[in-house]
Amino acid sequence: MLEFRKDYFQDERDDRLNEVGQPRQRQDMLGHVTGRTRYFDDHAFEGLLHLKVLRSPHPHARLRSIDVSAAERSAGVKRVIRAADVPVNKNTLLSLIGFGKDDEPLLAVDKVRYKGEPILAVVAESEAEAYAALAKIRLDCDPLPAVFDVEEAIKPGAPVVNETYPANTFEYHEKYNHQKLRFGDVERAFASADFVVEERYQMSPIEHAPTETNGSIAAPETNDRFVVHTCTQALFFSLGTAAKLLDLPSNRLHFIGGTVGGGFGGKVDSLTEPLAILGAMLTGRPVRYVLGREEEMLYGCPRGAERHYIKDAVLRDGRIIARKVTSYFDAGAYTRLSSYGAVKCIAHLPGPYTIPNVHADSYCVFTNRTPATAMRGFGITGVDFALEVQMDKLAHKVGMDPMEFRILNAYRDGDMKAHRRKAHNCALIECVQVAAEKAGWPIRDEFRRMNSLTGGGGERAVIPATASDEVGRIGTGRPASTTPPRAPALPIAPPPRVPQPVAAPPPPVPPAARPAAAPTPREQPKPAVPGPQHGATRFSSVFGTRRR
Amino acid sequence: MAKHRGRGMASINYPIGMNLGGDPSQALVHSNPEGKFTVTLSAIDLGQGMKQVTRQIAAETLGVPIADVYVDTADSDTGPHDMGSFASRGTHRVGNAVMVAAKEARGVMLEAAAEELEVNAADLETDGRGQIHVKGAPSRAISVKDVAVAAQFRQGKTIAGRGIFLIPLSEVNAETGEMTPVSCYAHACLVAELEVDDETGEVAMLKMTSAYELGRAINPKMVEQQLVGGAWMGMSHALYETPEPYYPDIAHGPRDYNEYVMPGPADICPHDIAVLERPAPDGPFGGKGPGEMCANPVLPAIANAIFNAVGVRIDELPITPEKVLRAIKAQGGARPQGTPGGRR
Repeated sequence: MLEFRKDYFQDERDDRLNEVGQPRQRQDMLGHVTGRTRYFDDHAFEGLLHLKVLRSPHPHARLRSIDVSAAERSAGVKRVIRAADVPVNKNTLLSLIGFGKDDEPLLAVDKVRYKGEPILAVVAESEAEAYAALAKIRLDCDPLPAVFDVEEAIKPGAPVVNETYPANTFEYHEKYNHQKLRFGDVERAFASADFVVEERYQMSPIEHAPTETNGSIAAPETNDRFVVHTCTQALFFSLGTAAKLLDLPSNRLHFIGGTVGGGFGGKVDSLTEPLAILGAMLTGRPVRYVLGREEEMLYGCPRGAERHYIKDAVLRDGRIIARKVTSYFDAGAYTRLSSYGAVKCIAHLPGPYTIPNVHADSYCVFTNRTPATAMRGFGITGVDFALEVQMDKLAHKVGMDPMEFRILNAYRDGDMKAHRRKAHNCALIECVQVAAEKAGWPIRDEFRRMNSLTGGGGERAVIPATASDEVGRIGTGRPASTTPPRAPALPIAPPPRVPQPVAAPPPPVPPAARPAAAPTPREQPKPAVPGPQHGATRFSSVFGTRRR
Repeated sequence: MAKHRGRGMASINYPIGMNLGGDPSQALVHSNPEGKFTVTLSAIDLGQGMKQVTRQIAAETLGVPIADVYVDTADSDTGPHDMGSFASRGTHRVGNAVMVAAKEARGVMLEAAAEELEVNAADLETDGRGQIHVKGAPSRAISVKDVAVAAQFRQGKTIAGRGIFLIPLSEVNAETGEMTPVSCYAHACLVAELEVDDETGEVAMLKMTSAYELGRAINPKMVEQQLVGGAWMGMSHALYETPEPYYPDIAHGPRDYNEYVMPGPADICPHDIAVLERPAPDGPFGGKGPGEMCANPVLPAIANAIFNAVGVRIDELPITPEKVLRAIKAQGGARPQGTPGGRR
């Protein structure tokens, strides 16, 4: 049941509109409910090939050798794609907007950093033949000590997950191992508070679980371009990512999408497009790469885990006078978007409340798990869980009704937020009042009369004196070398060497492994060459490493 | 052994669009010679209704009926650049770009109509039903169709427009965190009512009651779809979902929908929703976006209701029956906290 409360903020709206505000039927509804809507996988191609990847069986291991000779001879196999076939085999997603350092290969080189990391790809006439070939690959690797807990990962001596960030933390402003928020003096407030409440909260990873798994189909066109049908949530983001990894001018890629069978944030990482296009480049044929359900659930990038420590100072009358937060965002093995989520958390704190002293440190931490990505409410959902359970505890502590406690502390128009911008267009108080009324949850008249438009600003708009600190400066804690000595006490003991078929170092890939005659023009991607890093130069760095 | 009822609440706000901005969207709008419009985008419809929201914004801005507008997306050869469908940015960012494009197209359309009617374009208005007339004189009118024919075949005018919307990228101060993260926020407060079985630790949802402030609701039915579905997702996040049930241990990963635990139709509950609209000063017709934030208040409201029911605080998500049961046992049994806010 849904009702509109048009009585609220009436004088801020003109409701005399023709189409806006009307419950019109969606233009795509009939297609959805009759099953006629076309998704990326509803495009047929003659001579379609299928791509599947070999995934790491270990969360952390050094690759010794990979023998693909039997796989290459396997029925239906058209091509085995190795790391060396990827023109620019290192990327970070946010490089497209100038954030962070390239830290993730499309196919693993030397080392795998999470269970399920792609090592090789096989392109075959059918999915069954691709799987059969994968089973014939002989992989020899040395398992390495792994770390899975964010706080263990930042301790000195923890295994280095990702050598691009040897301290296992993303580097903010090339200066700190976390993003800071400093507003007022929390320590002084703790000393003068009636109550101090300190708690720990945690959110486990969460899978997007879309009905349609990640996938794409790439096909060579006769005009020297590649058409790509994709379920990406961000068409040009994925196009740019693929162009960078494959070292192609962006106009040689023609991406078509727009209708997605569930995203929730899990289709931003361009998991399949680059390999599908590379497969099409190497074979000259259309290539389809779609994640299976198990791949989607375990290796398709979840909402990342978060851990938050919150320490609040509160007065007997219910006013919160300080909030100190330490947040750990578990990025998994590579940055993807987690560095961004940790800053979004800082922008969000201390929640929709006016608190005169706020102090927060937000870390993006690398661990040996599937890289995390965005999901509905990214950077906020886990924080809101922590903040609002904490608010309930505080209300209980001071003996206040939780609704009235929210209204008392709610931000109002004109208040200064901890990130030093004035609040405007606020409506928290009104939401609490309406929810209470609807739920039959009585609140006192004085709280029913309060509103977001009045009572803010003035003293509540003042930026307090704030001290700065150098805590977490890069290079002061752990050695900056890429191979710090292994400490004897490791969080997770290295797993025993798993018996695997041991093979000699792989021979160089024979060029003859490619089909002798291709039905359509195909091309060899430029070989990977170490060179200047790609990346946007048109944006200045706002929190990561400036790209040059 | 008994079942205990409890209720809890939470209130939240949510930033609209990419944190720090720097996330442009473009749109193109053009008319065919019959006065039927196409909006061309590269934005993605995930089911959230991107196409329909921009369609209504375009129709409203152009001043034509909804049936005369269709949205075409997403082809990188024809659709201009858009950052993507995430961060609750669709209605606000893409909607604004569509408004800009539609305003330009409307300007040409009114100029062409003015030429046909031999009046000043500033004196014309649209009736939203396919007619353009002189303000205050509805009989001095011309149809959008006739204007389009005239523009194309007689005047040589393109009834078309280009739009972009960009909130410039904000810097972040390394020492203080000073920044300009976003330009507007949506708000919500939600009450969860549930029942906890102190023998099994299972939580059964009974009812949700909520108030959401979303700026202008461009399409109320699609707002309802988002709020109802989003609350189910919030409930699923709170009580069921994770691929790592013993995080940070990575074991026990689910391989399919049999092993990845989510609520079924019998586990959801009625949801009574109120929508408030405080227009965003820089939103299209004041629109913000309900996409992500609708799930967020559910998680803590459920945790707080569980405390209210049995007196245990579960601070780690998801709140599985195992965690609830262990906490109840550690406390020596359920301790109902009474009824917050009086009667139920």
